[in-house]
Amino acid sequence: MIIEGLAFYLFATIAVVSGAMVISARNPVHSVLFLILAFFNSAALFVLMGAEFLAFILVIVYVGAVAVLFLFVVMMLDFDFVELREGFLRYLPFGALIGLILLVELLLVIGAWLVAPGAPTLAVAPVPPVDSGITNTEALGRLLYTDYALAFQLAGLILLVAMIGAIVLTLRRRPVRRQDIGDQVNRRPEEVLVVRKVDRGEGV
Amino acid sequence: MFDIGLGHYLTVAAVLFTLGIFGIFLNRKNVIIILMSIELMLLAVNINLVAFSTTLGDLVGQIFAMFVLTVAAAEAAIGLAILVVYFRNRGSIAVQEVSSMKG
Repeated sequence: MIIEGLAFYLFATIAVVSGAMVISARNPVHSVLFLILAFFNSAALFVLMGAEFLAFILVIVYVGAVAVLFLFVVMMLDFDFVELREGFLRYLPFGALIGLILLVELLLVIGAWLVAPGAPTLAVAPVPPVDSGITNTEALGRLLYTDYALAFQLAGLILLVAMIGAIVLTLRRRPVRRQDIGDQVNRRPEEVLVVRKVDRGEGV
Repeated sequence: MFDIGLGHYLTVAAVLFTLGIFGIFLNRKNVIIILMSIELMLLAVNINLVAFSTTLGDLVGQIFAMFVLTVAAAEAAIGLAILVVYFRNRGSIAVQEVSSMKG
């Protein structure tokens, strides 16, 4: 139990500190790297909670795809980082006030939280017991491909729309000379050929 | 203190969510940091969903955490594509001038 507690405090502290560094780092590349660290530690928290599949999906999708996409954009575009940071201190007091109020409200809600005694028996899809031999991944797959098949397809559609949208937005049409077969076939000699009489000893 | 329960995870998620909102206020000009703050907020929501799911013994929370993850990935892709197009047109990513793009 003590090891679990220590692991929780380690991962939670690193996740929160790197989250703070994401929004306060001077260099956006450092921000992206701290974002990766925050995601890694959140994945460790997921493992601690017993959601292994989501933990690995978090690492694969966020660290492997989203964070690398952020890195690409940060390194590809040539920003003026200093100019982007002006106004940082001007908004600091207001943002801190809003953040503090929000945090206090959230913590008050959490402090007054009480789970109804019969709530775990009302589970729609109960987590299989540890000794049943069904892993977290298998249980999630059984649920996802049966009860939530429609939502799963819709998620795939969202990804397709996002992919097409990103391509349409960033595709640049450069003026390129293309081959036009019809044009070539319809060429007539009298339109393009001129026969000229050239005097001896002179050019055209 | 070493007995980790639902409240501990909810506290971490609350702090991460607040950091996300704080980041949006702090970096008003830098769209990339704003997008990263949104990712942090979605991560906090995911932690909440998974914490409740494992505490109450219901798998549906993890299913919906997966859908949140899908939407977050799509949103990041579209947001960064818009950012690239905006940078190509304006040569800067200062969001405060975005309103000049309306037709």
